[in-house]
Amino acid sequence: MSKKSFRQAVNEALAQEMRRDPRVIVMGEDVAGGLGAPGEDDAWGGPMGVTKGLMPEFGRERVLDTPITESGFIGAAIGAAATGLRPVADLMFVDFMGVCFDQIFNQAAKFRYMFGGKAVTPVVIRTMYGGGFRAASQHSQCLYPLFTHIPGLKVVIPSSAYDAKGLLIQAIRDDDPVIFFEHKMLYDDIDEVPDEAYTIPFGEANVLREGGDLTLVALGRMVKLAREAAESLARQGISCTVIDPRTTSPMDTDTILESVADTGRLVIVDEAHPRCGMAADISAIVAQEAFGALKAPIRMVTPPHTPVPFSPALEDAYLPTPARIIEAARRVMA
Amino acid sequence: MSGQITPIGMPKWGLAMTEGKVNAWLVAEGAAIAAGDDIVEIETSKITNVFESPVAGTLRRQVAQPGETLPVGALLGVVAEAAVDDAAIEAFVAQYRAHQAEIGSAEAAPEPVMVAAEGWTARVLRMGPDETAAAPLVLIHGFGGDLQNWQFNQPDLAAERAVYALDLPGHGGSSKVVAEGGVAALAASVWAALAALGLGRVHLAGHSLGGAIALRMALDQGARIASLTLICPAGLGPEINAGYIDGFVRAERRKEMKAAVETLFADPSLVSRDMIEDLLKYKRLDGVPAALRTIAAAAFADGVRASVMAPSLATLAVPVQVIWGAEDRIIPPAQAAAVDAARRHVLPGAGHMVHIERPAEVNRLIAAFVAAA
Amino acid sequence: MQLNREQLLAAYRMMRTIRTFEDRVHTEFSAGGIPGFVHLYAGEEASAVGICMNLDDRDKIASTHRGHGHCIAKGCDVDGMMAEIFGRESGLCGGKGGSMHIADLGRGMMGANGIVGGGPPLICGAALTAKTLKTGGVAVAFIGDGASNQGTTMESYNLAKAWNLPAIFVVEDNGYAESTASNWSVSGSQLKRAEGFAIPAVQVDGLDFFAINEAARDAVERARGGGGPSLIHARLNRYHGHFEGDAQTYRAPDEIERLRRDHDPLLVFRQRVTQAGLLEGGQLDAIDADVADQIEHAVVAAKGAAMPPLANLLTDVYVTY
Repeated sequence: MSKKSFRQAVNEALAQEMRRDPRVIVMGEDVAGGLGAPGEDDAWGGPMGVTKGLMPEFGRERVLDTPITESGFIGAAIGAAATGLRPVADLMFVDFMGVCFDQIFNQAAKFRYMFGGKAVTPVVIRTMYGGGFRAASQHSQCLYPLFTHIPGLKVVIPSSAYDAKGLLIQAIRDDDPVIFFEHKMLYDDIDEVPDEAYTIPFGEANVLREGGDLTLVALGRMVKLAREAAESLARQGISCTVIDPRTTSPMDTDTILESVADTGRLVIVDEAHPRCGMAADISAIVAQEAFGALKAPIRMVTPPHTPVPFSPALEDAYLPTPARIIEAARRVMA
Repeated sequence: MSGQITPIGMPKWGLAMTEGKVNAWLVAEGAAIAAGDDIVEIETSKITNVFESPVAGTLRRQVAQPGETLPVGALLGVVAEAAVDDAAIEAFVAQYRAHQAEIGSAEAAPEPVMVAAEGWTARVLRMGPDETAAAPLVLIHGFGGDLQNWQFNQPDLAAERAVYALDLPGHGGSSKVVAEGGVAALAASVWAALAALGLGRVHLAGHSLGGAIALRMALDQGARIASLTLICPAGLGPEINAGYIDGFVRAERRKEMKAAVETLFADPSLVSRDMIEDLLKYKRLDGVPAALRTIAAAAFADGVRASVMAPSLATLAVPVQVIWGAEDRIIPPAQAAAVDAARRHVLPGAGHMVHIERPAEVNRLIAAFVAAA
Repeated sequence: MQLNREQLLAAYRMMRTIRTFEDRVHTEFSAGGIPGFVHLYAGEEASAVGICMNLDDRDKIASTHRGHGHCIAKGCDVDGMMAEIFGRESGLCGGKGGSMHIADLGRGMMGANGIVGGGPPLICGAALTAKTLKTGGVAVAFIGDGASNQGTTMESYNLAKAWNLPAIFVVEDNGYAESTASNWSVSGSQLKRAEGFAIPAVQVDGLDFFAINEAARDAVERARGGGGPSLIHARLNRYHGHFEGDAQTYRAPDEIERLRRDHDPLLVFRQRVTQAGLLEGGQLDAIDADVADQIEHAVVAAKGAAMPPLANLLTDVYVTY
C-alpha cells in the first residue's frame, strides 16, 4: 500500500495486467509517442503521460502507436478482441467518439447479441472526459450517458486512484466491451493504492459516507465535490449519504434506492448535460421505484444545456460546484 | 505542577486513524474517576469505542465538546487531583495546545514493517519500549483478519513490554501465496517470522484461528512460550460456524460482507461502513480469495476437526488462559471448558470479536496474566 | 499451381450451393416466408469461393450485408444459415441476427455486417491478433464498391500498411452501391487507391474463378510471409436487386437477362473444366442435383423449426452483467 496518483494507478493497472497476460495489448494515438521521429522513443506515453514506460517494458509489438485514425484503430481493437487478444485502446478524448462510434455501438456492443451469444469481445476503450481543463467544446464533454444508453457496453467512471486501478483491472479481465472514463482533472489526485493487483466488481456502488437526511449521488469528479458539500452540510447539521455508482452500466440501483428509502431526499450531481443524462436517468428510476419514499422533489445538479465554454469565467460558471450542491441540498431539506 | 496533571488526548486506533469525533462524555466535569473508567466515547470512520482513563483522579476539564472532530493527539480533557488549582489547569491546557500546534497532528505513530521470513514475507507492527528485559508479547489474529484487529489492545499492552502484532500468511500486508494452509503450517510460518525478528521466548495471544496457531506453537516448543492467551480460539473443540467461513470467503460485495461480519459481533452496529470497505479492499487483492480458500480448506474443513487440541492441554507446561465472548456465534464458548475455571473468562455482552467489543477487560486479563507468568 | 480434381469439384459444389441457396431465398422471400430484408449474392460466386479456397481455420473473414456467399464459402452450416434467415431458434445465431448478421466465429467468419464499411477495421484487428499471437493466419475484408468510399475502408488500408498486417481487402465491385452506379460514385480507381497506400493491388475478372483464385493465392502467400496487406479488385455482377423487393428500375431493361446468359461464373467454370478435360459434365450435373436436394432440405427444416422462446429476448447481451 502506498500513495499513488490516479495517473500512476492507471499505469500500474495496465503494466500489471500486461505482465500477467500476454494477450493484453495497448494501442492508440501517441500511447508511446515519437514513432518514426528522430527524437526520443516513448516520448509522450499518451498526452497526459498515463501510458509512459509501457513501451520500453513491453515493446512496440504490445504497445502500438496508431496513426490518427480513430475508426481504424478502435475497430481494429474490437476485431482483435473478437479474435483472441485483450486490447486496451486509448480514445484520447471521448469527444472523438464522433468519428468512431459505429465501431463501438454497432460492432462491439452488438456482436454477442446478434451472433446468438457466440462472440466474446473483451476490449477496453480508455478515454478522457470532463471539463475544467479550459479545453472548450470539443475536448471537455462527459459523454458517458451516450454509451450507457447502448446495451452490450459496460461503462466505468472511476472517481479515485484506488477505484481507477481496481476497476481498470476488472475491465481488462472482463469479457465484455468496457468504456473506461478518466477525468483529466483527476490524474494528479492521490490515494492509498495497494501495490498488488486487485479488482473491484462492476455494479457495486461505493458509499463514501452515511447520513440520514439526504442521499447525494455523484459520478466521476463530481464525487469529490459531493463529498466536500456533504462535509460542509454535516457542519450545518445535515447528514448526507454519498453514493458513487462507479459504473453506470451495470448500475447499482439497489444501493441508491435503499438509501432513498432511508433518507427520502435525493440530489444527483452529474457533470454531463442535463437532458438524457445520468442525473435524469437516476431520477427516473427513483421516481418510478421509490416515489412513496420521497419527502421532497429530486434535484439534479448539472451544467446547463449548452456546450462547454472556453473562457475560464464561463467554464467556472458552467461546472457544478460544492456551493451549488449545498444550495440544492438546502432546497430539498426546506 | 504538571506532574499531577494528565492530559487525555485523542487516541490513535488502527493504522489509518487520523482524527476522531467526540460522541459523548461519560463522566461529568468534576467527577472522581478510577483508572480504567470509561470517560469518553469516540467515533472514527471505522468504529465507535469508549476511551478509558489511564489514571485515577478528577476529570477537571472537558476540553473537547461532543460533536467535535479532532486530530489524533488533540487534547480532549484533563485529569488531575482535586488539589491542583484551576490556574495550573488553565496553564497546562494552554501549554499543551501550544505544543500541539507546534508539532501538528503528525506525531510519529509506529508503522508496520515488512519482515522477510523463511518462506514468506510478514507485515509486523511493533509497539512498546525500545529496551526491556520483559519477554515480548506476540499477537496473532484470526481468519480473514489482520494486525489491526488489535488496535484497541496493542497500544495498552505495550506499556510494559514490546508487543508485536503480525499479519498471517495470505492476510493483511503479508505475502499472499499460501501453499499449505493448515494450522501446523501456519504455526511454522509464525515461528519463521519470530526467528527473522530475532525473538526468543515470547508470550503469545491468539484470536480464533490465531488461537489454534498459538496453541500449536506451545505444543511444538513449550519452552519458548512464556504464556498463552487464547481468545475465542479455534482448535479446542470440533464445532465452528462453517456458514460464516463460507460466507466470508465468498463475499465480494458490501451486502454479503456486512451480513457475514455482523455475526462476529454481539453488537452488529459496531460493523461500520469503513470496516466493511477495508475488508473488501483486502479481499479484492489478487491471491487473497485463493489463500483464504486454501486456509479454510486445510484449517477448518478437516484441519480443526482432525486436530482438536484440547486433550493436549493437560500435558502442556505453559500457563494457559482462555477469554471468550459469551455471545460468540462463530465458535461456541462452551469450548472454554477445556481450560481450568480459574483461567477461563467468558465475558458477557461480547461476541467473537471480544477483544474489540470489550477491550478494557481483555487488556487487563492479558496484562495481568502475562505479568504473572 | 494447378488445382486437383477434388478441389475443382469442391469449388464447383460451393459455387452451386451459393447460387441455389440465393435463388431459393429469392423465391421464399417473394412467397412471404422470410422476415425483414435480404441481399443476395447470386452472380458473384467466383469471388467468395475463389478467395476462401485459399483460407484455412486460422484465417478470418469479415463480410458485408450481402454475406450469404461468404458464409457458405467459409464453411458455415447451410441448414443453420437458412434457419437463421427464417428467424428460427435453430439458426446459426439463434434467430437473433438474421440475414445481415450471420456469423460463425468458430469457422473464422466474423459476421455479415449491416454497416457498409464496418468490416475493414475489424479485419485489421483480426490480422493484428494473427500477427501478435503468431498464428500464421490472415484476415480478409470483403467490401463492395460502396464501402470502398467509406472512411473506415481507407483508414484500414493505411493502418494495415502502417502496421504491416496480414490483411487482404477484396473489393467486390458489382457496379452498384444500392441503386447508384460505381462508375459515378467511385472517383479514380480502386487500384490507384491501393497504390496510394503502397499496397500491392490487382484487378481480376469476377467471372473467372481461376483468376480470382490465383490472385488470392498470391495475396495470402504475401500476408503469411510477413509481406503485409494486398488488395484485389474483382469486377462482377449481381443478379438480384440491392435487396429483395428492389424493382431495379435503375438498371437497363435487359441487363439481368443478359448477365445471366453471358456472365455466369458457374457456366464459365463448367466450360473451362470440361473443355480442358479436367471434369466431366455429368459430374457437375450430379452436384447440381445433390445441392438442389440439400437446399430443399434446409428450407423444409427451417420452415419446420421453432421460433426462439421469448426468454431469449434478454439473453446474450453480455457475458456477465
